Amino acid sequence: MSDTPPLLETQGLTMRFGGVTAVNKVNFRLGEVELRCLIGPNGAGKSTFFKMLTGQLRPSDGVVRFRGNPITNSDTHTIARLGVGIKTQVPSVFDGLSVRENVWIAASRVRSPKRAKELTDTLIEQLALTGIVDSVVGRLSHGQRQWVEIGMVLAGEPELILLDEPAAGMTSEEVSRTAELIRTINRTQAIIVVEHDMQFIRMIAKRVTVFHQGQILIEDTVERVLSNETVRDVYLGKRKTH
Amino acid sequence: MPKGGRLDTSAVCALGLALMFGLPYLLDTYGIVEFTVFVVMAILSLSLGFIWGYGGILSFGQSAFFGLGGYAYAVAAMNASDSTLPFLAAIVVPTLFAGLLGYFMFYGRISDTYLGVITLTVTVILFNVFNSTAGDAYHIGNAPLGGFNGMPSVPPLNIPGMPDRQLGPDELWYVAAGFLILVYAGLKFLLRSHFGRMVVAIRENESRAALLGYDTRRYKLLVFMIGGGIAGLAGCLFTNWGGFISPTVFSLATSAQIIIWVMVGGLSTLIGPIIGCIAIQYLVSSIGAQQVFNANLVLGTILLVFVLLVPQGVIPALLALAQRLRLPWPARDLGPRTAMDAES
Repeated sequence: MSDTPPLLETQGLTMRFGGVTAVNKVNFRLGEVELRCLIGPNGAGKSTFFKMLTGQLRPSDGVVRFRGNPITNSDTHTIARLGVGIKTQVPSVFDGLSVRENVWIAASRVRSPKRAKELTDTLIEQLALTGIVDSVVGRLSHGQRQWVEIGMVLAGEPELILLDEPAAGMTSEEVSRTAELIRTINRTQAIIVVEHDMQFIRMIAKRVTVFHQGQILIEDTVERVLSNETVRDVYLGKRKTH
Repeated sequence: MPKGGRLDTSAVCALGLALMFGLPYLLDTYGIVEFTVFVVMAILSLSLGFIWGYGGILSFGQSAFFGLGGYAYAVAAMNASDSTLPFLAAIVVPTLFAGLLGYFMFYGRISDTYLGVITLTVTVILFNVFNSTAGDAYHIGNAPLGGFNGMPSVPPLNIPGMPDRQLGPDELWYVAAGFLILVYAGLKFLLRSHFGRMVVAIRENESRAALLGYDTRRYKLLVFMIGGGIAGLAGCLFTNWGGFISPTVFSLATSAQIIIWVMVGGLSTLIGPIIGCIAIQYLVSSIGAQQVFNANLVLGTILLVFVLLVPQGVIPALLALAQRLRLPWPARDLGPRTAMDAES
């Protein structure tokens, strides 16, 4: 049991853009079916970290392992096939296609046409997209596009789901629905959530990793992290005067 | 998935067949010969309409595959008695060439701009290579390449397996028009398949397709090769039409013309590039016959007018108009459709 490799592991992961080090020697571990929140101020390197995990950026240094297999220099589609799905910060969807087509394309990669259609129907119902199923995604609101993208990610049935700011631009009702959904997904799949909304983090988080200036500042339970002085300083920029 | 587009494929094919069998009764031989080359060029136009409009690959070098197809046929036909193998060579050679070129472009992850530059450059290189093959030293088997003068007296197509039964100009019309309809229907069929839908999805958002686990390079390469093969088929028919091929097929003017046909007819439709191509060629040949206006001047004006006023092209503009006027045809189902099925 103890020699089972973690679901995801990075060692010394580094990304340099010219003179700027966006991510600096990050050692990160995530277990099977774990839910982890990733927080940190803008520019802390969270999105860059996600891009390296999904092969959209080639790390300058370090390694990424998925269930013990190195995927550091793998192509995006290869990593996706191993079971990593991502919802990007700005919804990345097929704007000219309908909601159903979007989800169906994701569902049909490995499935027979019949099963892909079944899964598409199930997800559309689960995500309450039934009313807009034939709408062109490009004409939908930001929140709806996010749901479509989440549907596409789920259609791939990945083992690890990366969610980059899933609650951004959502109404408070949508936010609680998203939190509910994340808890449901987490019963079977591991999730890493990048988020700024502390309210949202409190709703879902168990363990939290804080990024600051490209490095991991602290990693602990949500209560301890949110009451940590250093984390507050980082987030507010300076110490609050009482 | 919603079925059918706004212009029904079978209706378009039926109309095509009616024209294919009807035009010989309406036109004299001269007219048929003229329309044959229009139709051959429409196949070439369709090849770009497919890779550009659906695959999102703007190739400035579609004439390279067209010319390679023409030359492959000419060289092989001069070395063979039966035209079946030369015909196949005209499709296979450009397809493989597109495969090789596409492999470096797509797997090398170069940007769209450089893709345009590379395809253009390759066309110029081919033009210069074939231009400088004058003299006895340059021959493949019995086929002299002829340099700038090209290759005259290329044997015409014959009925497969019957070398003595060669096709005349009237029969070539049926072959060309038949292939145009076949290519159109085949591409429509392909676009309805999972592969076709993925091609459109990749045009819409390539990085999303990759994040879902699709190897987008493979799809783009296949689209590029199919486009190359279709252009080669057009090249073969073009060589047959005149019994002649010369390096001018690789000229920049040819490449530019194809882009104009597709733009005027309508990007992201299949019928648009066909209609755009035939209409413009008809116009240019009519103007040329009258000697009143300079044909290039008119062509330039058309391009300007379209880019400024009808940027989406004739067919999409007409379909949108029909939809706004609520005409029962061709917009049969009036609701706005998606990029996947709003095309014909």
